[in-house]
Amino acid sequence: MVKTKPVPYASAVKGEEKAGAVSRDGEAGPCSGACAVASTLVAASRARGGERGMAARGGVEEMRSRVVLGEFGVRNVHTTDFPGNYPGYDDAWDQAEFEKNFRVDVIRMDESTLEFDMVGIDAAIANAFRRILLAEVPTMAVEKVFVYNNTSIVQDEILAHRLGLVPIRADPRLFEYKNQGDEEGTEIDTLQFQLKIKCSRNPCAVKESSDPNELYINHRVYSKHITWVPLGNQADLFPDADLRPVHDDILIAQLRPGQEIDVLMHCVKGIGKDHAKFSPVATASYRLLPDITLLQPIEGEAAETLKKCFSPGVIEIQNIKGKKVARVANARMDTFSREIFRHDDLKNFVRLARVRDHYIFSVESTGVLPPDVLVSEAIKVLIGKCRRFLDELDSNHMD
Amino acid sequence: MAEGAERKPLLEMVQADGTDGNCVTFVLHDEDHTLGNSLRYMIMKNSEVEFCGYSITHPSESKINFRIQTRGGLLAIEPFRRGLTELVDVCQHVLSKFEASIKEYRAQREEEMD
Repeated sequence: MVKTKPVPYASAVKGEEKAGAVSRDGEAGPCSGACAVASTLVAASRARGGERGMAARGGVEEMRSRVVLGEFGVRNVHTTDFPGNYPGYDDAWDQAEFEKNFRVDVIRMDESTLEFDMVGIDAAIANAFRRILLAEVPTMAVEKVFVYNNTSIVQDEILAHRLGLVPIRADPRLFEYKNQGDEEGTEIDTLQFQLKIKCSRNPCAVKESSDPNELYINHRVYSKHITWVPLGNQADLFPDADLRPVHDDILIAQLRPGQEIDVLMHCVKGIGKDHAKFSPVATASYRLLPDITLLQPIEGEAAETLKKCFSPGVIEIQNIKGKKVARVANARMDTFSREIFRHDDLKNFVRLARVRDHYIFSVESTGVLPPDVLVSEAIKVLIGKCRRFLDELDSNHMD
Repeated sequence: MAEGAERKPLLEMVQADGTDGNCVTFVLHDEDHTLGNSLRYMIMKNSEVEFCGYSITHPSESKINFRIQTRGGLLAIEPFRRGLTELVDVCQHVLSKFEASIKEYRAQREEEMD
């Protein structure tokens, strides 16, 4: 069981021992251990009659809303706000309450990156969005490579693998998944690209030159050399579409005079679960918002030391009546280096925590789709998963 | 449960002998922690549910065993259905809030540009 009596709060939680643990039985589920702890704390907070509004530190509220980073471990990691766990709380699902508290704030966004805060949601669901972004939002990528000629030093299979990893700027929402067993691709599920290039000597090169850029023509094969070959009516379907690799400067192979590459590629729709080349993001991650509390005023030299323990911008030193006083300026900047725990004189005066339901998402697109579209698509994928099972339930009941 | 023999089943319900419909293991094919954990959270939020948990049977099998036990003789399929419906509602709210925030951010950006 988690021991929930940190040193600095011990004095505030008087009579906790007497209050005793009221472990209840019949509480099935993965959090029965936490239930017992919760009861202890409720009893303790009743014992002190909610004195000085300490609920936010060491109490039930802390347990429910903060993940606390202690010196030797992390406390309150798991979600425990389920019905029946905390007396006096109604934890049953309430959509109206959720909608009232839920918030999304966009911090910054450009063509390929997006940072936003998602507040008031559980880790289970926020994590589902992250997982879907990584592995289940579809994109188009090269799946089959037909090698007509390859006299370069890059082996066919390596070349095919490299081509597969080149991100292709094509909207996957306009295409269908290719059916398994279909040999020939059609215009609704396949994009065709060609890479045909031959290296030769540059006749105008200076004789003494040793620079390959000057000596040879086409000796570097870049993604810009890949050209789209419309299938069926695709030329009419996508008249303005610029179907090409996202980046022009991805080096695919190097050639020497006489060597050539002539390949045809079939690009299909797929998901990252199947192969990482289909993953639409470079990274998609979240972190919880840091919450740093000074448990008592820290002044003078100690304030300077405290400031150095955190990332720049986290602690600010104010001058109050000629005295240096430390203040938490912007906890969001912190990286939780835990340096503070190396200072025995300071570590008990600071609480490091994270806000349990405040997710700082960072999504970096490969450039295939804008990052905000990716997040929207991810949410739609989760809706789709639920709908699939709801439909299945409905159809089975009719039988 | 009727399962099409020609098609891979999506969902199966497994019940131990001698139990009522209030203790059921749902087998969700082609699913993992993504749906498993978020659905478990939604179903655990239901006070009529005594137990809800899931396990991934084996890393090389793409299915999860999703167990629900209910209180007071309620059929386990009810909280399962309700959990799915509520999860859809949550996602829809998140989607609308997210798209509104993006729109707002874009408008704000354009204002700054002018």
